[in-house]
Amino acid sequence: MYFLLAWRNIWRNKRRSLITILSITFAVLLACVMRSMQLGSYARMIDNSVRFYTGYIQIHKQGYWNDKVIDNSFEYDALLQKKVSHLQGLKLDVPRLESFALASFQSQTKGTLVMGVDPDKENELTRVKEKIVQGTFIKSDDDGILLAQGLAEYLNAQVGDTLTLISQGYHGANAAGLFPVRGIARFPLPFQNNQLIYMALPKAQWFYAAPGLVTSVSLLINKPDNTDRVVAQLKSEIDAKVYEVMGWKELVPDLLQSIELDNISGKVMLWVLYLVIGFGMFGTYLMMTAERKYEFGVMMAVGMQRLRLQAVIFLEISMMTTVGVLTGIILSLPILTYFHFHPIHYGKEAAKAIESFGVEAVYPFSLDPVIFTNQAYAIFIMAIVLSAYPLWTIYKMNPVESMRS
Amino acid sequence: MATLIQATEVSKVYHKTTVPVNALNGVTLRIEEGEFTAIVGPSGCGKTTLLNILGGLDHPTQGKVEIDGTDITTMKDSDLIDFRLHTIGFVFQAYNLIPVLTAKENIEFIMLLQKKSKKEREIRAIELLTRMGMVDKANQRPGELSGGQQQRVAVARALASNPRFILADEPTANLDSTSASNLLDLMAEINREQKATFVFSTHDQRVMDKARRLVTLRDGAIISDITR
Ligand SMILES: Nc1ncnc2c1ncn2[C@@H]1O[C@H](COP(=O)(O)OP(=O)(O)OP(=O)(O)O)[C@@H](O)[C@H]1O
Ligand SMILES: [Mg+2]
Repeated sequence: MYFLLAWRNIWRNKRRSLITILSITFAVLLACVMRSMQLGSYARMIDNSVRFYTGYIQIHKQGYWNDKVIDNSFEYDALLQKKVSHLQGLKLDVPRLESFALASFQSQTKGTLVMGVDPDKENELTRVKEKIVQGTFIKSDDDGILLAQGLAEYLNAQVGDTLTLISQGYHGANAAGLFPVRGIARFPLPFQNNQLIYMALPKAQWFYAAPGLVTSVSLLINKPDNTDRVVAQLKSEIDAKVYEVMGWKELVPDLLQSIELDNISGKVMLWVLYLVIGFGMFGTYLMMTAERKYEFGVMMAVGMQRLRLQAVIFLEISMMTTVGVLTGIILSLPILTYFHFHPIHYGKEAAKAIESFGVEAVYPFSLDPVIFTNQAYAIFIMAIVLSAYPLWTIYKMNPVESMRS
Repeated sequence: MATLIQATEVSKVYHKTTVPVNALNGVTLRIEEGEFTAIVGPSGCGKTTLLNILGGLDHPTQGKVEIDGTDITTMKDSDLIDFRLHTIGFVFQAYNLIPVLTAKENIEFIMLLQKKSKKEREIRAIELLTRMGMVDKANQRPGELSGGQQQRVAVARALASNPRFILADEPTANLDSTSASNLLDLMAEINREQKATFVFSTHDQRVMDKARRLVTLRDGAIISDITR
């Protein structure tokens, strides 16, 4: 019956309660969409550069990150492999030998980035195969190479053509070779699309005269959030003088910084939104207390304890809040789900600008549950704090005085 | 008859305005079980103040009030609320009822506060509504009832808690004369049948005529006390 009482009290001023509930709904909806968009784009940015390129964690020879030369390569030996394989939540380890080479075909020549990879592992990390537009991916014992589309177009090379690569190998050795093109792949990021060459790891080690050596091992872990923990674990187990271990936050610090900056501005907007809604909620609580003073007085006079009366009012506030929050979440779900699976594409101009930062120009929405729970917490905490006013009023109320008015 | 209420040398001074108001000046009054007593007097003489103090809604500045031998003037707030719930039935001048509850639910509400079972509440609510001739309006909300009907439901609610006595501050002030005298007749009948004690205040001469004891106040003091 207390529940019934609270429920009916909400509807005695239909318009006001509806406005209150709808304003909460609107705030939650707006906040969810905003956060989903932001978190989704962050996830996409991180994915683009981390998931499809650097991996969440990388192991290098100590000093490689500051001086990325082939001489700073190391042996991914059995002992290191064993330590890596015991890491918590490890999904995949991807060894690479990266360096530069001059590629020429007929009259064209261009500087390129050569990646010696284990084709299967590389594909699992970066899904290169999905990007292939012509020919096939390389095999693990392949003599041939995979070209990025932009590079292929520049060189005017097709599948089946043979390129000449020239570079400097390990410890100054000469590096030169002929490499048939097995496939061409299109990469979303311009800096990759214009210069990337994939080569099987053994072939790259042969080319650079660096047998058994790699420049980096990228790790893919189950939960990106665990990156710091896994990095710490790895650091404690291997010799820090020989190896350097870096999490993705160190690998792409600029990205992280711009994400954090954007995140702060997003949060400020949320707070402003909540402030506005909070005033609305408070106004409702204020009025529902003021206009029912007489009634509260009668209830206390006939024997209702203050605490019980407070409980009924709190129940009213909670119900209004819950209905508002749930409706907001329910309304936002289809919108978020739709844009999660059908990301917004930027207009041509904006797309160019964004791609130049190395990020794909699409806006997928995030469906992270945190988006919903955070809005719910924020509104509920606000409701609890603001309900202090009616509860305090009841606590201080004198039934005789409130009935005199 | 046993003494139910004993007010001794009760005074009340309000300091709200610059000049203190002596609403009650040393009122001593004894009410016995089964009485049907009217407190009368001109406006501002202190009727409401006296009833509020007798009902434990307000504290006297001086003096004390005992109910069944218990001094209620020293009770702490939450004990006093429970005391009112179990011992006193209240009927006010108007807007007694919770507007969002039906007549029946309003009567049940007081028993809910007393933690009576659902079954017991329903039986008693229907019984009281029948007694007040309101059973056909059981599911109407106060807004759908006339003033007289609302007051009858209020009396039913006051009786529902099985109180030791009922205090009614000008229960007929907002009623036309027919409804007023009907309500009083009902109260008088219940007083006779169930030995329920009623103390009520009024302005209305015809209502006064139905009281068996008439206590007249003037300027916060009793100037006459007649039992017929
Ligand atoms: N809360 C209060 N603050 C200040 N003065 C008060 C208060 N309550 C009552 N009074 C004053 O005390 C006196 C007695 O008031 P009370 O309400 O008891 O009179 P009453 O006999 O019930 O009058 P009425 O017939 O108009 O209802 C009046 O002068 C009134 O102005
Ligand atoms: Mg009065």
